[in-house]
Amino acid sequence: MARLLVGPFNRVEGDLEVSLDIRAGTVKRAQVNATMYRGFEQILQGKLPHDALVYVPRICGICSVSQSVASAKALADLAGITVPDNGLHVTNLMQATENLADHLTHFYLFFMPDFTRPVYASRTWHAEAVRRFAPHTGEQMREAIASRQRWFTLLGTLGGKWPHTQSIDPGGSSRAVEQAERIRLLSKLREFRRFLERHLFATPLEEMAALSSLDALWAWHDAALNVGDFRLFLSCARDLELHQLGAGPGLYLSFGAYSQPGGAHALASGVWRASEQTLVEPDTLAITEDAAHAWLEDAPMPLHPLQGMTLPNADKPGAYTWNKAPRLAGEVVETGAIARQLASGHPLVRDAVAKHGGCVLTRVIARVLELAIVVPMMERWLKALEPGDPYFTACELPDEGVGMGLGEAARGALGHWLVVKNGRIANYQIVAPTSWNFSPRDAGGTPGALEKALEGAPVLPGEKSPVSVQHIVRSFDPCMVCTVH
Amino acid sequence: MSKRSSDMFNVLWLQSGGCGGCSMSLLCADTTDFHGQLRDAGINLLWHPSLSLESGDELQDLLARVLDGRVRVDALCIEGALLRGPNGTGRFHVMAGTGVPMIDWVRRLAGVARHVVAVGSCAAWGGITAGASNPTDACGLQYEDDRPGGLLGAEFRSRSGLPVINIAGCPTHPGWVIESLMALAADSLAEQDLDSLARPRFYADHLVHHGCTRNEFYEFKASAEKPSDRGCMMEHMGCKGTQVHADCNTRLWNGEGSCTRGGYACIACTEPGFQEPGHAFDRTPKVAGIPIGLPTDMPKAWFVALASLSKSATPKRVKINATADHLVMTPAVRKTRLR
Ligand code: SF4
Ligand code: SF4
Repeated sequence: MARLLVGPFNRVEGDLEVSLDIRAGTVKRAQVNATMYRGFEQILQGKLPHDALVYVPRICGICSVSQSVASAKALADLAGITVPDNGLHVTNLMQATENLADHLTHFYLFFMPDFTRPVYASRTWHAEAVRRFAPHTGEQMREAIASRQRWFTLLGTLGGKWPHTQSIDPGGSSRAVEQAERIRLLSKLREFRRFLERHLFATPLEEMAALSSLDALWAWHDAALNVGDFRLFLSCARDLELHQLGAGPGLYLSFGAYSQPGGAHALASGVWRASEQTLVEPDTLAITEDAAHAWLEDAPMPLHPLQGMTLPNADKPGAYTWNKAPRLAGEVVETGAIARQLASGHPLVRDAVAKHGGCVLTRVIARVLELAIVVPMMERWLKALEPGDPYFTACELPDEGVGMGLGEAARGALGHWLVVKNGRIANYQIVAPTSWNFSPRDAGGTPGALEKALEGAPVLPGEKSPVSVQHIVRSFDPCMVCTVH
Repeated sequence: MSKRSSDMFNVLWLQSGGCGGCSMSLLCADTTDFHGQLRDAGINLLWHPSLSLESGDELQDLLARVLDGRVRVDALCIEGALLRGPNGTGRFHVMAGTGVPMIDWVRRLAGVARHVVAVGSCAAWGGITAGASNPTDACGLQYEDDRPGGLLGAEFRSRSGLPVINIAGCPTHPGWVIESLMALAADSLAEQDLDSLARPRFYADHLVHHGCTRNEFYEFKASAEKPSDRGCMMEHMGCKGTQVHADCNTRLWNGEGSCTRGGYACIACTEPGFQEPGHAFDRTPKVAGIPIGLPTDMPKAWFVALASLSKSATPKRVKINATADHLVMTPAVRKTRLR
């Protein structure tokens, strides 16, 4: 058995190390290490509750709005207030802008460049992949950065600045949108739609979103080979058999994305069990974090986030990461676009998971599909803004109480839990999407989602950073700074 | 004509105790061709965490070549605070795959770089990561809040002779970074172009207040009372724009924004120690009804006298609109042929 320590990974957010036990050219066992700890949960203790809205976006520069939204929801829950419709729509628009930018960035900057690696030089698609996605020179990669820059001007208007937007408040949004601005924002949405329809899909968004099975997807692919960047991905994926790579745990968690007036979500919440094809509502009381293998003081039992504790202990025996192991009723779950689409019942993603499971291929499909689904939603939210109606409800935060804020960052289910005593934060616990996906083993020795997904990955002779491992790791679009916060 | 890479200005960019937000902000730089803009300025990204292909052993190999002098680094850009804990071991951030704490990597690399650049307030002062009791013993490259020292020490000078250049901000504005790097690449950023906290003066010689869309409200002390109000946020809502060094309201964020345009206070993110203001971020601390943090260069007695005068002279339109989220009263159309 050979041991390989792989890291640092780039084109993931933050610093990540995986240690691999390899036998006969295959990964037998993987251990995932989040190598950096910053202590946000410690910093938040003793703060004024509303000040959390300054600290928490700074957990993560890639999903800062999502962190804000989760925190604002937890504070609103604490205070028992509801956000006016305009405030809801603007919050959704901001979060969707960020989430879709993440999907775009992930596809063009983080994921596709691996297909330009010299190891693939003999593949028929390699030259085209290099032309489109080579770091620093790839034509489509550069187009995507330009499009992303324009796209984020939406957040300049809606939230003042990005990242670390502070306009999201438990009472709604501190930035009302004027009539003329609404028109301008709509034209920017259409500009982004045009980028997606020309470059990524080479197909209208509504047609993409309507693909209802894997067969339909492959027929769409074959009809115009490599036209559009998503089709080129599918060509690479078919050739490299990415549907065989990186199977997850088969249990998927979504907290539901984009709260709508009346309490529903635009993308549903739910826990999808692939083996039984069943969907149930997530039981948030069954969420625990287990610190058995984290460099953190441990409790005798895994704790619910409201009781959770975070106290570093760098010398703890048996520990190998700063991340705790979140579990849902003791089980390992996977979270992300794939979970949102399964919970919302998208037929293509349900079909792909039924045929191949959660794997590198289905993760990328689900993420890219979300671009096609959410842009039209954003057009509707923008049109639903009512000029003159409030964007914000004034509220007082109580001096005692608890709050829970759940939402969906691009990478999946994000939860904030806070306890307030004497007007100060007594405890604040964050369970980020990558905390679920890249969790270490729990006390029972059960590996986390990525640790499991890496088992069986092929390692080519002489590889020190196996390319299969790169694909699997990046298919989750991990964010390590969120993971350990 | 593209230059040979040996003539290019080589930038090595590493992240430690931060959120990655300065890199994400960088990609929002105002250009239609991010990579083209750098290349035209003679800048070569040797390695950047979000933009390079090299991973794992390939990066470790590059770092080895940098340290033994085979590859030249013109600017070492560090994003994120330097985590010295626990107990000075640096184990709160060990560079993945290497077993070596990030603070040791940074010390070694800073020794061979022509310029050392702190990207963002974390790398400059410790920033948000150094909040509360500072659980990770975070500091900046050459400062700990406003105290010189930090990881590299107050006496540190890079090979160019300059101290660490602090492109402070949380996150930092992409324009501040791109222009600093371009100026360094063109050899046009010297010691006198840095302010007393080693921030590039081209943005730090301005105040956030300059160009704020709420200036008319400021003049009359017509103040916002709650989020989403249009009035000036200095009196009640914690805005420090009149004291904070940055050009956020004249060089906008993400095309057309700024904190104050987004309806929330400037919390002084370019200033050391901003993470612990000693009061609620969204409330202005006052003594006897007068804000403690008065505008830079303004004597207190003057401020009090002017404020009471201007409050009594506030036009109705300004007063009413200050506490609304949209224009309630528009400027009157009185006459044409203005003189
Ligand atoms: S909101 Fe702040 S920056 Fe704007 S005018 Fe008032 S004090 Fe100045
Ligand atoms: S307005 Fe103030 S808090 Fe906002 S980015 Fe500028 S300096 Fe930082």
